[in-house]
Amino acid sequence: MSADTNHDSESGDVAPGVEGTSIRAGVQGYLIGLGLAVLLTAASFYTAGSGWIWGPGIPVALVVLAIAQIGVHLAFFLHITTAPDNTNNVLALAFGVLIVALVVGGSIWIMGHVNHNMMPMQEMLQMQR
Amino acid sequence: MSSSQAVPATHLREPDPYKLGRAPYHGGSGHGHGEPPGHGAGGPASKRVIVGYGFWIFLLSDIVMFSGFFAAHAVLQDATAGGPSGKDLFDLSRVAIETGLLLASSFTCGMAAVATEARSHLWTQVFLLVTGLLGLGFLIMEAQEFAAMIAEGAGPQRSAFLSSFFAVVGCHGLHVTAGLLWLGTMMAQIFVKGFRPNILRRLLCFNLFWHALDIIWVALFTIVYLIGAGA
Repeated sequence: MSADTNHDSESGDVAPGVEGTSIRAGVQGYLIGLGLAVLLTAASFYTAGSGWIWGPGIPVALVVLAIAQIGVHLAFFLHITTAPDNTNNVLALAFGVLIVALVVGGSIWIMGHVNHNMMPMQEMLQMQR
Repeated sequence: MSSSQAVPATHLREPDPYKLGRAPYHGGSGHGHGEPPGHGAGGPASKRVIVGYGFWIFLLSDIVMFSGFFAAHAVLQDATAGGPSGKDLFDLSRVAIETGLLLASSFTCGMAAVATEARSHLWTQVFLLVTGLLGLGFLIMEAQEFAAMIAEGAGPQRSAFLSSFFAVVGCHGLHVTAGLLWLGTMMAQIFVKGFRPNILRRLLCFNLFWHALDIIWVALFTIVYLIGAGA
């Protein structure tokens, strides 16, 4: 079992969530991540609560802020990096993002059109008479 | 203007900065151990890396499952069937406190990972305990919110909107509950078995799980609560 740990510390491989070696650097990374996340969260709640943005643009702004915060969490908390030893994790993430975008975006798109093309309830009731 | 007369091609190239092992450059002195070969030539990656990667795949599949709930909620957001809408129900200050609790617990979970890296039993347990308490606070607030909504007749059976709301938020709450149980067993395992390599790998997976829950909550409070309360 000790051979296993030796291998871990000597190889340059990094799994998602694996820390650096120095305590200070580790704490610093989490502090930066926490600071950015708090800022983005506060911005989200402030944007939703106050009218400083044009009304119909609020959802767009909120989604942008959320994506930014998810990026911060991925980078500083889950330690997904652009380093070449992280390629597998990034590729898996890209695939996950693709599926999520297809499922959510596709559902909203299709159901929006279905809703739009549905006969209004009044006409439907009249036809049944 | 080509000056390629005597200089071999290998000397013009970067000496493999990412250690991919593809550059035919073998260090300056030629002792046979210059740059280490890339991971492809170095045998399989360590177990820790493979376990982390596998768990990352599981988390992504979990997120894909959540995307189904999110899609359902986005589609059913306006299907209130004459019942209360998000604007009437959501208390954003409560959601802000829940968000703060979960974000703080994510941070303390990271601190526990740093403490583990430094092989400090005491601080690992302390930070894990704080993580668990913050997560418990989050769960209690969410349960109170659910109970209040059901008490005023806005339960999951009231409308399609509320069904999808309870499904997506409740599913996240179930994940947090499972995470808390896992956290408790991890604390017990560290206490009994210490920082053995397999325990360290489990801790790594728990860290990933807890941070992923916070990522899902970011999407949740934005799409379900903030946009839902505004629309």
